[in-house]
Amino acid sequence: MSDNASLRTPGQRIAWTGTIVVSTLVFIFLITPILAIMPLSFSSGSYLTYPLPGLSLRWYDDFITSPRWMNALKNSMIIGVASTALSMVLGTLAALGLAQWKSRFKPLVLAFVLSPVVVPGVITAVGLYFFFAPIGLTGSYLGLILAHTALATPFVVITVGATLQSFDTNLARAAASLGASPIYAFRRVILPLILPGLASGALFAFATSFDEVVIVLFMAGPEQRTLPREMFSGIRENISPTITAAAVILTTVSVILLATLEGLRRRNERLKGTSA
Amino acid sequence: MTTASVTGADAKPAVSLRRRLKQAERARQLKALALVAPLLVFLLFTFAGPIAGMLWRAVDDREVRQVLPQTVAALAGWDGKDLPNEDAFAALASDILAARAAGTIAIAAKRLNYALNGFRTILTSTARNLKAVPERGAAKETLGKINAAWRERATWTTIKDAGGPLTGFYLLSALDLTRNVDGAIIAAPPDQAIYREVFTRTFVISLSVTVLCLMLGFPVAYLLATLPPARSNLLMIFVLLPFWTSLLVRTCAWIVLLQSKGVVNDSLQWLGIIDQPLRLIYNRFGVCVAMTHVLLPFMILPLYSSMKAISPAYMRAAASLGAPPVTAFLRIYLPQTLPGIGAGSLLVFILALGYYITPALVGGAADQMISYFIALYTTETANWGLASALGALLLLATLLLALVYGKLVQGQQVTGGIKN
Repeated sequence: MSDNASLRTPGQRIAWTGTIVVSTLVFIFLITPILAIMPLSFSSGSYLTYPLPGLSLRWYDDFITSPRWMNALKNSMIIGVASTALSMVLGTLAALGLAQWKSRFKPLVLAFVLSPVVVPGVITAVGLYFFFAPIGLTGSYLGLILAHTALATPFVVITVGATLQSFDTNLARAAASLGASPIYAFRRVILPLILPGLASGALFAFATSFDEVVIVLFMAGPEQRTLPREMFSGIRENISPTITAAAVILTTVSVILLATLEGLRRRNERLKGTSA
Repeated sequence: MTTASVTGADAKPAVSLRRRLKQAERARQLKALALVAPLLVFLLFTFAGPIAGMLWRAVDDREVRQVLPQTVAALAGWDGKDLPNEDAFAALASDILAARAAGTIAIAAKRLNYALNGFRTILTSTARNLKAVPERGAAKETLGKINAAWRERATWTTIKDAGGPLTGFYLLSALDLTRNVDGAIIAAPPDQAIYREVFTRTFVISLSVTVLCLMLGFPVAYLLATLPPARSNLLMIFVLLPFWTSLLVRTCAWIVLLQSKGVVNDSLQWLGIIDQPLRLIYNRFGVCVAMTHVLLPFMILPLYSSMKAISPAYMRAAASLGAPPVTAFLRIYLPQTLPGIGAGSLLVFILALGYYITPALVGGAADQMISYFIALYTTETANWGLASALGALLLLATLLLALVYGKLVQGQQVTGGIKN
């Protein structure tokens, strides 16, 4: 243990051992459900119990050949990509503006912009349901994209805003003093530097939309059901192993997103390390 | 460009320079605002507007007014002490005939039935049996004959109360309150008084989950903050992977684990600890376990960052001054983690208050939280006024706590700034 130096008394050693034991149990608690569900998707039987009667890919086959699940996957992608794109545009512009804006109303505006994260999903969903129904936006892709954009944009504002905070504005001034137009300076100087922040924001936005189910429950027609929505009704009705296949696919997407994010963070730290 | 006027140390250009600077600054601020504006407009349309609309529905009461306009007008001057006068009866008869022709009776019947159980029958039977406009002066008698309820004061006070255009009815109902015949606020009848219990339940579940998260999260955050970065980054995956895994996947996984033939019951039986499978899901236990699992990262991450900011030098200083480890921990370390504990607990509590999906999937009927009822009244029974009133109360609680959270986090940033 690298901490041996500070662990001088037996009491401290016991406390430290206790911390490790409890933490290990918590780690097991956190990770077991995710690990336990995976092998079931490769089961050849149709019961969700161990031991597995045999291995097969039949549930993945079921997933891929089912129009219901494939339509859900397609919908999740369409709504996820579109709301990510829209929230990137709105969120990045707002983060750029907020970074320069000086006013005593700024905390208020910031609180407003971030409030979709705090307000319970059901309240947003009910409000949107009442508001969008008369103008024909329930049961439509556009309505879901707009709603998911509202939920996802705060994450873009936070991530891009954090990147801008560590951004050295002298670089933009230097570009301007060397004769670069604001747009040119943004494209060649600012953008490459904040790109990792933008990418993280986009990942957060996509994950938010990809995982959202409450608004979809209220607003989607049968045509717009997303993956989480299909899983919700699947769990409600009866859990078939096809759901576990869908769960593995969703988890794989999460792992890819998380790994990309971690990669971006490491790259950023490395860049900071060389510049310091 | 402006340096020229600065070096020219002469008063006049200096003034104009100041003005020019001011103008440039103002232009910059306007530009900044213009960049934020699209998002603000967007959120007004997709977030603030809809929520304002929901809040409006909690007090909006125009159905009866629209269907029975003359009756509502005739009752405006009624003192509510005795039965209303003949004019009100005549107005009601004429309104009912008009509404029957327009097919709008059901709208008013639905609203009035919320306030007085059985009103739907009173109104529809009257609409069915009222053949024509009663003769002048005979409306009271005719209506009373069709349905004796028209001879009761409560029937009429119900119409007057529901006359709108604004009402406190739904908000009172959401608090298990109602108005009696004389307009005084009293407790709602026991069969309708369920919401205080639901609010209490929501509060108790959220609090239990928060306490569980704190108890489980504190040691983990401490471990992660104390270990060298290489190792803690690796262990962080155990926190971040569940954090990034879909809520539905995690809920589904808990059902698989906790069901009667699930992994947990099988293992316990195999170990000989139990003979019969335990009921671990579709009850309070399952809800608390699944919600703790989902919300634990929201506790660990703020705790971790507040612990990470505590310099080990403090503990060393305490030890060198002779403090026993327990004293040093309680007097030096723990107080410094309090902002993190506060932020994490509030965050978990706020998020737990609004939970819908997890209790809906792994809870029983007695474990449904307030969000479940909001959803139920919106999509199933279409009692939008009550759904909105319950939503308004939940929103109020959430925003108040979020305000405290904001102050707490802001304070943390300030002290962080001073320390560094």
